[in-house]
Amino acid sequence: MPVLTYVEAIRQGIWEEMERDPSVFLLGEDVGVLGGAFKVTDGMLEKFGAERVIDTPISESAIVGAAVGAALMGMRPVAEMQFMDFIACGFDQIVNMAAKMHYRWGPALPIVIRGPSGAGVHGGPYHSQSNEMWFVHTPGLKVIMPATAYDAKGLIKSAIRDDNPVIFYEHKFLYRRIKEEVPEGDYVVPLGKAAVRREGKDVAIITYGAMVWTALEAAGELEKEGISLEVVDLRTLLPYDEEAVLGSVRKCNKVILLHEGTRTGGMAGELAALIAERAFEDLDGPIVRITGLDTPVPFSPPLEEYFLPNARKVIEAARKLARY
Amino acid sequence: MSTNVIMPQMGESVAEGTITKWLRKVGEPIGRDEPLFEISTDKVDAEIPSPAAGILSQILVKENETVAVNTVVAVIDGEGAATGAPAQQVEAKVSTPPEVPEAAEPPTPAAAEGGEIEAEGGSAAPESEEVRSSPLVRRIAREYQVDLTQVRGTGSGGRISKKDILDYVEQRQSAAASRTGAAQPPSAPAASISPPAASLPSPTPAPVQPAPAPPAFTGPAQVVQMTPMRRQIAEHMVGSKRTSAHVYTVFEVEMSKVVETRERQRDEFERRNGFKLTYTPFFVRAAVEAIRDIPVINSSVDAMNIIYKRDVNVGIAVALEAGLIVPVIKRADEKNFLGIARAVQDLAERARTKRLSVDDVQGGTFTITNPGSFGGLFGLPIINQPQVAILGVGAIEKRPVVRDDAIAIRSMAYLSLSYDHRVIDGAVAEKFLSRIKQILENWSEPVL
Repeated sequence: MPVLTYVEAIRQGIWEEMERDPSVFLLGEDVGVLGGAFKVTDGMLEKFGAERVIDTPISESAIVGAAVGAALMGMRPVAEMQFMDFIACGFDQIVNMAAKMHYRWGPALPIVIRGPSGAGVHGGPYHSQSNEMWFVHTPGLKVIMPATAYDAKGLIKSAIRDDNPVIFYEHKFLYRRIKEEVPEGDYVVPLGKAAVRREGKDVAIITYGAMVWTALEAAGELEKEGISLEVVDLRTLLPYDEEAVLGSVRKCNKVILLHEGTRTGGMAGELAALIAERAFEDLDGPIVRITGLDTPVPFSPPLEEYFLPNARKVIEAARKLARY
Repeated sequence: MSTNVIMPQMGESVAEGTITKWLRKVGEPIGRDEPLFEISTDKVDAEIPSPAAGILSQILVKENETVAVNTVVAVIDGEGAATGAPAQQVEAKVSTPPEVPEAAEPPTPAAAEGGEIEAEGGSAAPESEEVRSSPLVRRIAREYQVDLTQVRGTGSGGRISKKDILDYVEQRQSAAASRTGAAQPPSAPAASISPPAASLPSPTPAPVQPAPAPPAFTGPAQVVQMTPMRRQIAEHMVGSKRTSAHVYTVFEVEMSKVVETRERQRDEFERRNGFKLTYTPFFVRAAVEAIRDIPVINSSVDAMNIIYKRDVNVGIAVALEAGLIVPVIKRADEKNFLGIARAVQDLAERARTKRLSVDDVQGGTFTITNPGSFGGLFGLPIINQPQVAILGVGAIEKRPVVRDDAIAIRSMAYLSLSYDHRVIDGAVAEKFLSRIKQILENWSEPVL
C-alpha cells in the first residue's frame, strides 16, 4: 500500500472526488497555476481544466460568496483559504449565508472551505491560528480537523460528499511531517465520530489535530512510569462525538483536554462542561485543560514554544492528575 | 453530626435500667468505646461505653433515674471518626480539639468550612462530606454502602481515590467486626463491657448485627480459606438478604415462538455475525421492554427515597470455574436484538477469559440469571444490590400443557422474579412478569 504524507493524502482525496463527481470544483488563491501555496492542488489545473480549478482574486469574501452561489446552483465547490487565518475576511458569507441557508429556506449547501491552520512553524500571529471555535459556535456548519494522513483523505471525501457547509481544518505542521499507508481508491471516514488512538485506563486525554501526536508522545513516556493514557482524537469538532468523550471519561475517571487553540472559549471548555454535566459521578479528579495561551501566536520561536502545549506539559499534568 | 446514646438491653427479658453514675459531664470530650456511664438492671450492673467520639452535649437522664430500654439518655456531638481508630489517614476535618462553645451548636458539615468542592450531596451519606474523595468515589460508596470515614485515602492530601475505595470494598469482608463497612449508625457497644456477666446477648439497637458464631465443629475437616471472589460473593449475598424484603413470584411461559424463531434463524445468524444465537438475548430484550412499562423495576432504594434510574443496564450472571460474576450490558434499552446478542457474547467471553474491566461489572440496574442452564426448573435468586429485582430463567423443556381443553406438547420455561417488597408490590411484580411473558409468547422483533 502506498505511503503518503498528510498533504498528499488530502490531494488524493480531492482528486478522486473531482474524478468521481463532475459537479465538484475548486476555487481559491493560487490553487490553479501555482498548485496551491502548500501544493495541495498541484497538477489539478492540468488534469481538470480552468473551469474546475479557478484562481480567484485575493478576497475570501468573494471566494466563499461565489462558493455559496455555486452550491445553490447545484455545484459542489471546494474553496481554499490560503491560510485559515484569512477566513475572517469571509466570515459573514460563512456564518450568515452558508450556515443559515438550509435552516432559513431549505436548500442543501454542499460547500467545503478548507485550508491550513495551526502553529509550530514560526508563522507568526497571522499564519498560525487555530480559529475553529468561531465556527464550532455557529450552528449550521460542520467543523473537521484530521490528525492523520489516512483520516485526512477519508474525511475530505466525506466533507465533499456532505450536503452541509463544512469547514475543513488542515494542520500545516502535519503536512509533510507525518505519513502512513493510505489505501488507493475510494474510502471514507465518517464525520462526527472520534477515534481512540491509544487505549489506556488511568487518564483519558481528549484532543485533535497536531496535538494528537503530542498526546501520543506523552503517552509513550508515561507508560514507562506506569501511567496509562487513553488518547482520543475527536476528528470532528462540530458535531463532536459526545459518547466517545464520555465513554473514555467513564473508563478512566480522570481527563485532560488538550488543544492548540487559545484557552478561553476553547474546545476544552465545551468538553469540560459536557463532562461535568453528564459524567460528574464518574470523575475521580478535577478536569484539566492544556491549551494555547490567551495571546496571539508569537513569532519569536522561544515565545511560540512557550505559547504551545507540548509533550512535557502534558506529561507533568498527567502525572499530577494520576496522583490526585 | 450527633449521636444518641441509649439505655442498652442487658438481657433478653430486661426491660429497663437505672443510671447509677455518669462518668463524664456535659461539655466533656469522650472517645468511642470509652466508658461513659454506669447502669444497674435487675440482672447485672455494667459500665457502658460510648457509641461515638465527640463531646457529651446533653445528659437527658439523671443519676438514679430508671428508664426503659432504648430510651435516649444522652447526646454526643461528634464528627464521626473514631479518635482511637488505627492508621487514621483519611483527611477528615474531624478530631479537632473539642471546645465547649463550638460543640454546643449543631455541627456544621466540615465541607462548608473547609471550602471542599462539593456541597451537600443529595443522597450521599452525611459522613462523606467530611472526607476528601471525588464524585466517583462517593457514588461507589453509595452503591456499596461504604462509610467513607472508614476508608484509608492514599490520594493527594490523603484523599480517598477510586483505587482506595475499590480496595476497601474488596477487603471489607475480612475486616474485624468492629469496623463496620456499611454506612450505618455507629455500632452498639462492642464486647468491651468490663463487668463479669458471662455471655451477654448483643444489645439490639443497631439494625444489623454480625451473626453469632455457630458452635465449633469438632470432627476431622479440611480448612480452605475463601478466595477474594468467594468472600465477596458471601458478603454480598448475606448483605442483600439483610437489606431487601425478598419476595418471589413464578410464571410459566410458552417458548414456542422464540424456539421456532431461533431454529429458523440460527444458521443465518451465525453466518452473518460470527457467533451463535442463544436464548439469552430474547430474555434480555423482553425484560428491557417490560422495564419500559414498569420503571420501578429499574430503581434503587436509598434510605427513604426510590431512585429511578434512566439507563437500563442489564447484568447477566455468568458462572465461572469457582464462582460467578455479573458483567453489565450498559444502556441495554438503546440496543436492538443484534446489539444485545453481541454484547452478551462479548461479555460472556471476556468473563470466562478474565478480561472484564471494573467498569464492565459496575452500574447494573437489573440482573438476569439462568438456573435453567444447569437443569434447574426455576430458581429463587438473591437480589443483586443495590437493585430491586432479579429475573431467573429456568430450563426450556417440552412439557404437556392444556390448550383448548386438550393436551398439547409445548416448549415451556419457568421465569421467576425475586423482588424487593420495600418498593415493588405483588401486583407490580406480576404485571412485570406478565409483560415479559406476553413479549416472549408473541415474539416479533427481527433477530437478523
